[in-house]
Amino acid sequence: MTEHPGCGPRRLSGWGRTAPSTAYVREVRDPADIVAAVRGADRRGVLARGLGRSYGDAAQNAGGLVLDMTTLAQVHHVDAATGLVEVDAGVSLDTLMRVLLPFGLWVPVLPGTRQVSVGGAVAADVHGKNHHVAGSFGSHVRSLELVTADGTLHRVDPEHPLFWATVGGMGLTGVIVRATIACRRVESAFLLVDTERAGDLEDLMARLSADDAAYPYSVSWFDSIATGRRLGRAVITRGRNALLEELPPALAARPLDMGARRRATLPAVFPPGLVNRASGRIFNELWFRAAPRLRRGEVQDVTRFFHPLDVVGSWNHVYGPRGLCQYQFVVPFGAEDALREAVGLIASSGHVSCLNVLKRFGPGNAGLLSFPTPGWTLAVDLPVRPGLDRLFAALDALVLEAGGRLYLAKDSRASAGTVARMYPRLEEFRAARARVDPAGVFVSDLARRLSLTDAPIL
Amino acid sequence: MIDSLGAPQTLFLLGGTSDIALAIARAYARHAPLRVVLAARHTSRRDEAVRSLQALGCAVEALDFDARATQTHADVVTAAANGGDLDISVVAYGVLGDPEQAWTDVPSGVELAEVNYVGPVATGIALGAQIREQGHGVVVALSSVAGERPRRSNFVYGSTKAGFDAFYTGLGEALRGLGGRVLVVRPGFVRSKMTDGLRPAPLAATPDQVAQAVVDAVASGAEQVWVPRTLRAVMSGLRHLPRPVFRRLPI
Ligand SMILES: Cc1cc2nc3c(=O)[nH]c(=O)nc-3n(C[C@H](O)[C@H](O)[C@H](O)COP(=O)(O)OP(=O)(O)OC[C@H]3O[C@@H](n4cnc5c(N)ncnc54)[C@H](O)[C@@H]3O)c2cc1C
Ligand SMILES: NC(=O)c1ccc[n+]([C@@H]2O[C@H](COP(=O)([O-])OP(=O)(O)OC[C@H]3O[C@@H](n4cnc5c(N)ncnc54)[C@H](OP(=O)(O)O)[C@@H]3O)[C@@H](O)[C@H]2O)c1
Repeated sequence: MTEHPGCGPRRLSGWGRTAPSTAYVREVRDPADIVAAVRGADRRGVLARGLGRSYGDAAQNAGGLVLDMTTLAQVHHVDAATGLVEVDAGVSLDTLMRVLLPFGLWVPVLPGTRQVSVGGAVAADVHGKNHHVAGSFGSHVRSLELVTADGTLHRVDPEHPLFWATVGGMGLTGVIVRATIACRRVESAFLLVDTERAGDLEDLMARLSADDAAYPYSVSWFDSIATGRRLGRAVITRGRNALLEELPPALAARPLDMGARRRATLPAVFPPGLVNRASGRIFNELWFRAAPRLRRGEVQDVTRFFHPLDVVGSWNHVYGPRGLCQYQFVVPFGAEDALREAVGLIASSGHVSCLNVLKRFGPGNAGLLSFPTPGWTLAVDLPVRPGLDRLFAALDALVLEAGGRLYLAKDSRASAGTVARMYPRLEEFRAARARVDPAGVFVSDLARRLSLTDAPIL
Repeated sequence: MIDSLGAPQTLFLLGGTSDIALAIARAYARHAPLRVVLAARHTSRRDEAVRSLQALGCAVEALDFDARATQTHADVVTAAANGGDLDISVVAYGVLGDPEQAWTDVPSGVELAEVNYVGPVATGIALGAQIREQGHGVVVALSSVAGERPRRSNFVYGSTKAGFDAFYTGLGEALRGLGGRVLVVRPGFVRSKMTDGLRPAPLAATPDQVAQAVVDAVASGAEQVWVPRTLRAVMSGLRHLPRPVFRRLPI
């Protein structure tokens, strides 16, 4: 690792806290800092990092320079009339939401945590509970400012080929400096939520297929441990933004108030195995039972509906020092058998997941490496434990066979060959990237592991 | 890169014809596609090792390497890293020698010292530099319980492994915080070509057992492992025996 003036080596990992590596981390205060870093890049290259909420090695660059973008975090312009908002890449979606709500504006796509940066949201083309109707984050971006490998600043819009290489491009086309995002108008920060239970996987799929279209927001949590007749039993929560007239008087008095910031942080050191088969079993059982069989029109705030996990700061630490893997895939509609088999494999594997999500995706966008494609997406969080590689290998085979793919922002262990078969536009991405970054300035541990920028040797 | 479950993309074997090193390569090749770089003297044994790993689907490169030519080690490491980061490097070369000759004949004793200690210091320095450059990397150092408390029957070998063990333990400390990790492996008696013809000691292991222990230890982030694991307690006991008692043990 070549010395980089003004910053020391730091160990970085993703949210899953697996496979850390060491890099020089430099805080970005000004776009000129990015230009200087890119111009001074050495063999180990440069990478932008947001809030480090990708699970695996996407925001790591071993031996190289990592630009901490969270210090470039200004909201530059809010146009309440058009809903167009211009922000620095380091602004978190949490901050953005708090800034926009007083204008009656709403962040168009919200992933499962608000602690992600705008740059990270673009680079991973993140999706939310409204993907089936609204698409992913990149579909709401009107333009990007980006420092490319030659150290120049570009402004690209969706007509520009570089735009769709950058949306979902995992930081490998350049450093996103600013984005202009088209936001939606809302009357309130509250949600009207319908909750229902599904008795098994068939029931779950049937309910989601029947009337997802009626709700802008839809997601389900499924029990990852129950097998047999209860395989895939689930709690479905779906909703929409409440109108002013639908709020009870107490809330109608402060309709755009989203509540205080995060309330609790867990201590950093947890014994390994706190989430084990026994506690995981209990959690899955209780979570299912705690949900109402059917409840309609409940008013919930943003955090309760979208981001319950944000209440607890560093919950990833409960998985102990070996960390966790998140496995998220999508398989096309019509591949329900693969989905059934996957849920069955997980439930009978002996590995325990507590955060288990099943959702229907709508149409994808033009992002070359963008993850969402029409179909069923499933995500599970699994603590690292011997034998997990075998479960994942079996799931990979199912997903590949079904024509599906894994989400790069969550991956930490797939192989280059597998991912290449899942992303048919990878070659196109490599070509686009070779044009804009022929010397290979932008690189990450993820890119090295999955050969995202060059054909693999194996 | 090494992945979240401990699987490497590139495995670098120094002493690429060692039975234990090749068992480690086979163990990793079972999990995922693997690039293996074999650094070893160019012999028919090395050609055979290359073929056997290719047959398992590995992409194999061979590099000429002599443990005693310490001034070449850095270049060998650099050459190995040309085709991609060195995720796991195994320092496996070593000689057992004839124990009686080793303590009575200068060239024999010095060969053990050079191959088992001086060479590994040069290799470790070169690997350390590569790891600092990469910002990540695991070194698997094949030490031995023989270094924990050298005994009369093979104390020259034991003394070289004691130095080897101390060096790699220290290297692990030095590389912490720079992205590196060193796993010191302390097998007892292993049935390999090194011990061919010798009477197996109690708790003898196979190269495949050592390999599995290495794979598990790398995945769990351990910094030292005994093979078999019970040897840890055994050695801890032996270390504290009074010399007159230790001397009389039939080992
Ligand atoms: C609890 C939890 C729930 C989640 N739920 C969802 C979900 O529902 N839907 C979903 O899609 N994702 C979800 N995620 C994943 C998360 O949204 C993505 O990983 C997102 O990219 C994280 O943003 P970040 O700012 O933390 O980026 P980082 O993790 O820091 O970086 C992610 C990638 O973005 C690149 N990047 C970051 N900033 C820039 C920049 N300025 N310019 C260029 N590249 C940049 C990095 O190089 C890296 O490749 C979840 C994660 C967690 C922890
Ligand atoms: N077997 C055991 O009981 C045991 C127990 C504890 C520790 N260990 C240690 O584990 C390691 C591997 O041993 P092993 O059992 O796999 O034995 P092995 O099969 O004999 O391997 C040792 C290798 O060292 C190589 N070597 C010797 N001198 C060299 C030199 N000058 N230059 C380059 N390479 C040289 C040999 O390569 P060539 O093909 O060129 O000869 C040989 O393949 C050794 O460090 C050993 O000390 C072994």
